[in-house]
Amino acid sequence: MKPQTIAEKILSAHAGYPVYAGELCIVPVDGAMATDTTAPLAIKAFEEMGGKKLAAPDKFHLIIDHAAPAPNERIANLHQLMRNFASKQHCALYDIGSGICHQVMVDHHTVKPGDIFMGADSHTPTYGALNAFACGVGSTDLAAVMLTGKIWLKVPHSIQVILHGHHLQPGVSAKDIALEVVKQLTISGATYQSVEYHGELLHHLTLSDRMVLCNMVAEMGAKTGIVSPEGLQLPYLFNPVFADKEAAYTRVLEIDAAALHPKIAIPHSPDNVHDVSAYVGTPITYGFIGTCTNGRLSDLQAAANVLRGRSLAPGVRLVIAPASRQVLLDALQDGTIQTLIAAGAAIINSGCGPCVGTHDGVPGDGEVVISAANRNFQGRMGNPQSKIFLASPATVAASVLTGCISLPK
Amino acid sequence: MAKAHVYADNIDTDRIIPGKYTKTLDLSSLAAHVMEDLDPSFSERFVQGDVIVAGDNFGCGSSREQAPLALKAAGVSLVIARFFARIFFRNAINIGLPVLEIPDHTIQSGDEIQFDLATGIVINVTRNETYQANQLPPVMLAIMQEGGLVAYLKKHKDFILS
Repeated sequence: MKPQTIAEKILSAHAGYPVYAGELCIVPVDGAMATDTTAPLAIKAFEEMGGKKLAAPDKFHLIIDHAAPAPNERIANLHQLMRNFASKQHCALYDIGSGICHQVMVDHHTVKPGDIFMGADSHTPTYGALNAFACGVGSTDLAAVMLTGKIWLKVPHSIQVILHGHHLQPGVSAKDIALEVVKQLTISGATYQSVEYHGELLHHLTLSDRMVLCNMVAEMGAKTGIVSPEGLQLPYLFNPVFADKEAAYTRVLEIDAAALHPKIAIPHSPDNVHDVSAYVGTPITYGFIGTCTNGRLSDLQAAANVLRGRSLAPGVRLVIAPASRQVLLDALQDGTIQTLIAAGAAIINSGCGPCVGTHDGVPGDGEVVISAANRNFQGRMGNPQSKIFLASPATVAASVLTGCISLPK
Repeated sequence: MAKAHVYADNIDTDRIIPGKYTKTLDLSSLAAHVMEDLDPSFSERFVQGDVIVAGDNFGCGSSREQAPLALKAAGVSLVIARFFARIFFRNAINIGLPVLEIPDHTIQSGDEIQFDLATGIVINVTRNETYQANQLPPVMLAIMQEGGLVAYLKKHKDFILS
């Protein structure tokens, strides 16, 4: 058989015959989810398609995270629509406070290695951290999955990213690697493709680190991102999916991860990436740590390590949204949350928070934000008159201490 | 005749419809805010049936189907781009917003455009040029011809690849 990439292997296993890049296939889906931005339209389309019962209620999940708790009556009614649908269809509903869809799906072991998962959210490739094939889709595609349990896909070509090195420099994290890859591939450089991560660094990366790498393939236009399973540790037994040695890649990107310095994406595009050192001293008034990119325990701990026993610079605020209830509980138990609050942070509900520009901390006109999120498009946080820089949680924490962009120590 | 409204590369879905407006099932409320941050005079200049023309990677970013829905509700008859972001591309066809990929178009704002979706042929009447759009996979073409995925699945009950 012709050698295969990880994406080709997972799709072949589901299609029931070998498939290769460029071919179309129809595959059964192991799980699917939608959020309060996408579920209402998906439910409407499902019903318009004549849907009466979900193809697989135990494989469908609704998460209220994008505007949670509801900031107004319009959104409150959409949340009610989701709750009513879940109760009628006997599918899982994760209500306000549960956390961000992607973190919830990982916390609850909903996605497993080798799975095909469809999420009505563009950062669904995050589950590639688990060696799964996960794609973001829109509401109507998701409605078809709800109805049929299947999806049609074009098998993607793959880009191989090889991460060299056995350690990262102090102050450097998976976010800095992800920003470097976005810079090199650009915002459209992986369009329709799978970004497959390899290299000896994988043996030293946690699940959280792997989630950051796959999360930001959305900022490269990729269909999915998948981390090769070397070094993947999960609390259950699993069958890892490796690429074949001679698998075909459209491009190979080699990165000396051990030599990387902290990175920052400057307004208004996530691929506008530079070394933080080039922007040290740029005034900021607002820091944000959270999101499906960087709201996990290790991210909050990285910020707490910078902020411990210190205070925000005058005139600066820091908003923190733990990625899930589990993250919040863990961060409470080890004192991370207390450290962050003592330094002056405002802790908000576990959810997408201000990343989607709907509530929970919209910046004012002319404000400069330093954020640990994944997108800095103009207007992303709800105000096109503000500017957003993207960096790691440690860089955000170092910057809110000084009131200007600063390198983490 | 349809007029072209031309935009740059990498127009993201936050610029097509900001996140703060997306949580709704009221499509007319989406149309009221379409492109407002990117092009504040869009709603004054745009005439129902006009065509949006873009460069590379139109619709990148969020998976929000509200982006093509807002364009459709505003009366956009076709979006042409050199290439599209993948989720936007699928979403547009799924909700019945015609989209054509034309890698080599040279359309300028204000050009008069005629098009035939079945053949993918676009005529720039102003410049006397003809462009051939990239062919869609058969399953996508069938979904587009049915006017979207809802109508397609009501008719076929399942996906047919070829």
